[in-house]
Amino acid sequence: MHTLHFDENKCLACEARDCLTRCRYMNMDAQGAAAELKKLIAGEDSPVLHDCITCYACEEYCPMGNHPFYLIVSRQEALGISPLPSPLVRQGIQMGIPFRGEPEIEKVDGLALNMGVFSGLSHLISGKLFENVTPISTDSRKMFHYFCQLMYLHYGKVSVINERLEGVMEAISAHDADAVVHFHDECYGTYTSYAPAFGMAVPFKSIHLFEFLHDRLTELAGEIHPLGFRVAYQRPCSSRLSPDKHVFVDKIFDMVGVEHVERQYKNEEALCCGSTIMPQKRPDSRRFCLDIQRENIEDMKRAGAELCIFNCPACMQTLWKQITEYGIMPIWMSDLCRMAIGEKPA
Amino acid sequence: MDAVYRALVDIVGSDYVSVQPEDLFTYSKDLGTSEPGKPDYVAAPKTTGAVSRILKLANEHKTPVIPLGGGMSLAGLALPLKGGIILDLKRMDRILELNEKGRYVVVEAGASHGKLTSYLHKHAPRLMHSEPGAPPAATIGGNLAIHGQGDLAHPYGFNSDMIAGMEVVLPTGEICRIGSCAMGEKWYTLHPLPDLSLFLGWNGSTGIITKVSLKLYPCKKIREMDIFCVEDENLVPEILYELTHAGMAGDLVAMSSKLPPYSDRLHMISIALSEDSRQEMEFKRQILFDTHLAKYIREGTGGISMAGRDVERPMVSKASDWKKGGGFEYVGAILPVTDYPECYRRGAAISAAHDIPYTVLGRVIGAGHAMMFSWSYAFNRADEQSIAQARKALHETDDLVMELGGTIWKPAVYGQKLLLEKMDANTLQMMKKVKTMLDPNAIMNPGHWEVD
Amino acid sequence: MRISDYQYADIIHRCFRCGYCKFPADWSDVTNCPAYARHRMESWSSGGRLWLIRAWVTGEIEWSPYLAEIVYACTACRNCVEKCPLPIADNIVNMVVAARSEMVERGLLPPAVRDVLTRVQQRGNPFGLPAKKRGEWAEDLRVEKFSGQDYLLYIGADGSYDSRAQQAATALVRLLEKAGVSFGILGKNEADDGNDVAFMGEEGLADYLMEQTIARFRELGVKQVITLSPHALYAFTAQYPRLGGDFQAYHYTQVLSGQLRTGALPTPQSGGLRVTYHDPCFLGRWSNEYKAPRKVLGAIGGLQLAEMERNRKSSLCCGGGSGNCYTDLLGGSEESPARIRIRQAAETGAGILATACPNCLVLLEDAVRAEGLDDKLDVRDICEVFCQASGIPL
Repeated sequence: MHTLHFDENKCLACEARDCLTRCRYMNMDAQGAAAELKKLIAGEDSPVLHDCITCYACEEYCPMGNHPFYLIVSRQEALGISPLPSPLVRQGIQMGIPFRGEPEIEKVDGLALNMGVFSGLSHLISGKLFENVTPISTDSRKMFHYFCQLMYLHYGKVSVINERLEGVMEAISAHDADAVVHFHDECYGTYTSYAPAFGMAVPFKSIHLFEFLHDRLTELAGEIHPLGFRVAYQRPCSSRLSPDKHVFVDKIFDMVGVEHVERQYKNEEALCCGSTIMPQKRPDSRRFCLDIQRENIEDMKRAGAELCIFNCPACMQTLWKQITEYGIMPIWMSDLCRMAIGEKPA
Repeated sequence: MDAVYRALVDIVGSDYVSVQPEDLFTYSKDLGTSEPGKPDYVAAPKTTGAVSRILKLANEHKTPVIPLGGGMSLAGLALPLKGGIILDLKRMDRILELNEKGRYVVVEAGASHGKLTSYLHKHAPRLMHSEPGAPPAATIGGNLAIHGQGDLAHPYGFNSDMIAGMEVVLPTGEICRIGSCAMGEKWYTLHPLPDLSLFLGWNGSTGIITKVSLKLYPCKKIREMDIFCVEDENLVPEILYELTHAGMAGDLVAMSSKLPPYSDRLHMISIALSEDSRQEMEFKRQILFDTHLAKYIREGTGGISMAGRDVERPMVSKASDWKKGGGFEYVGAILPVTDYPECYRRGAAISAAHDIPYTVLGRVIGAGHAMMFSWSYAFNRADEQSIAQARKALHETDDLVMELGGTIWKPAVYGQKLLLEKMDANTLQMMKKVKTMLDPNAIMNPGHWEVD
Repeated sequence: MRISDYQYADIIHRCFRCGYCKFPADWSDVTNCPAYARHRMESWSSGGRLWLIRAWVTGEIEWSPYLAEIVYACTACRNCVEKCPLPIADNIVNMVVAARSEMVERGLLPPAVRDVLTRVQQRGNPFGLPAKKRGEWAEDLRVEKFSGQDYLLYIGADGSYDSRAQQAATALVRLLEKAGVSFGILGKNEADDGNDVAFMGEEGLADYLMEQTIARFRELGVKQVITLSPHALYAFTAQYPRLGGDFQAYHYTQVLSGQLRTGALPTPQSGGLRVTYHDPCFLGRWSNEYKAPRKVLGAIGGLQLAEMERNRKSSLCCGGGSGNCYTDLLGGSEESPARIRIRQAAETGAGILATACPNCLVLLEDAVRAEGLDDKLDVRDICEVFCQASGIPL
């Protein structure tokens, strides 16, 4: 049984309480935050458990290196407070069940690139940038064996993650790679933030995709032609679990010669794509979702972005159509890098 | 060569008549579990006149004639049960007239639904017809001969409710027109003349539909699909009541299936939405989700599982690969919407008993006036036992439909028998009179809708 | 008789016969399978054929000449592969070819197929003409023999022997010269590429031909090959590596579009030609090359490219693939695929139907005459169109 390693003393000693006061979806002052945090620590009901839109941002805001978001989700589950309607919870949980046989594990010499549950996007990882990594989980029939499960943080279900995660880590580690580059931020966050927070040993070394891309671009520096676009970046929720890697976004943008436009919802102030907010139970959640999506995209437009860069498939899936309708072109980070070295985007 | 063969060659040309064992084999098989039924001849006429001549010939020789469209019924409805001539009508595939402002199109009955959709997309993008969920090779005439439904079933009913005229060849060879086209060349309405549409739903056993005027409906620029998901099947009828009351959706389908696992024991209500602008679309969503369905979301008993998915052509054939076996067949039935919970529970139980992953689907017809249910059973074509098992499950499902007071849709011979056994005696006699009057030599698709 | 070791016995029953395979990408009709378009009977569709093959393999039906004709009438155009929604899609053509192999093994071939294979075996070309005459087409052209130039120009049997295809080969030589490409030919030392023989199911002969060519290329130090025919291109890129072929192959339109990009080949003026382009199956669907031929045509100033409704992945095959160009199993009718294609081309109002494959060229030119449209529509290879616009005398 894995439980969250949460240092209550640190939390009670914290004066900033940024986790709640900086939350852009809850309106709370430091005093209110202190009271609600006490309730959360004590395992009591709190409006936080009902109002949280599960954007992960408090994990980044916490100045103490504690895990306020994991605490919220653990408490939601313990008290039976689900952010989502129950059929969607069941649907989500059942989605992660592998049903098409076991994957064939091949040993990897060097670096592996874990596609996780996005085998269908394997076409993105082609070209020079990726020629020295071996992709794993490229078979969509077997990809649920590689599903990092972290999605269930949106479902108020840490138990599902904890129950399945070790099996998933076993599958990845069986490839015996020197280290694993994770295609999705969420996988990276799982193995570098979530698993340690719950006391799980991770049997492989993880590398963030952006760090990997940055290193590859450095090696291929001579082939880079500056692209000259003005770009916005749609920061995904799971990026909040690895804020130390967020710097690579601007490093990559600098290398490929694009301008990361200044806008209100940038970096730590990023807005959620809305995919998880849309179906939540809170009254008017759907319209609230549309409002923040519009606000987010209009902010990009105002800032003069020509492209919007994505790394998270859920963000892409949720926003690409609307972004396109605003005349901004959605594009994967990997494709942006490929364009810079003269390759065609996938 | 025999006289029938020679006469057929004379009518349609030697390229389009065959008595080759290979062709007889091909046309003896259906895509579903039906036992093969071998024809003696295959002919592919190009014109109504040729169809007429063939029917006269068949009467002379008392030879059965089995009209065939796309051959997609899965229920063996165009398999020769008593030999005879298979008439493959797919060469009669012209699109004859599009009246855009009058919103109808006249087509030859062998034209495929895929062809018509594509034609409208190019020549009248603001219009659509109701395309069934069958593969696009399904023909317009074949679909009418089995009372098919399509993606406009919720607003407008059965596809056979959406016709504005027909040309048919009677079993004795006379060519007749029904509707306004009987009085000239305007194919705009079937009514208000005395009703003669005795060819819909008869599986070609009262004559052959050769031309059809189909009503066309507004096709909006943006077409998307949302999915509302519930866990409790008992909620499905009331949610559909809400949705049909709002009257905003195009196609409304509730579905549950064992595989993939995410849909197991859940009910996905897909709601097709189409509008010309984002504003109109959002207005519809507000009415549907923020008003009619808000209660379920708040209670946590229902949720928006998917929003704004692009509408793609359904790939129903993929169901044939569930057992990696190239086959599936389903029982279709028309029942009240209120029977959804029972249809789901009992259907899933039959599947479980036969070790076949269940798929139960219900499409709303009209403003919730009925629902077309289907229970699909995949099988492995290379494994006789698997076919037999699917067939058994299909028969049990036919029995279930009858027990629930349902009407089997496009029944195979087994289902036809169940329906006829239960049918009111006077109605039966009327069917018999119609059939005998139109087809005195009983040559048309014999074995189907036969009243003793 | 049961065929006990049919290679695809474990999957052939998975065809549902749903008919997606008959359509082009826009679903505009069931007539994009050339054999089905010609016969309009289910047995001739891709699904019908697979069901018949399975019935033959399982012993449900006996072999007959008619069955063999159905099996060999598939032109391997790959439309079905594009459209089939099932996981078996990639193997549809393979399943047909494997059935042909079984027929080859048993000597159960349509006479026309048997004759073509015999001619290739005995003379090294499907026309049955003497091998030593293979280089005669180029004698007056004074084109260099290959001796270490940058490229080997592989002409293939059609360009070498067929009088119409020879004109295309000649035009290509002139264009490559104009573009300053360093190339040589093999002349009478060229052997059949084996592509169509392989698709006709004669694996042994195909392997022999391919190995022979590989040995010759190796001996001469060939590193890069330009092909006139997309059939040869496909064989060189997809089949030769399996047998140890280690050279790069390009279709000539790919090389010419490269030469146009660098300016090595000057762009001519056409004076307002209206041209439609027929995508050959082995260049398009098999080799995924749709752009290069259009770039070459597009480089001709003033040329108007009028696409047929069925283009690129939806191109209707001319009916000549996998040996059908020589066996003509789909000929003899108004509904022969080449004649349907000519009517589609005529609908565009173009005065020239351009293609980039000698098989297509020959079949379409025959068809344009059969349709009585030869005074309205010229069938040309792209290299001929380019030469004409460039004022290169042919």
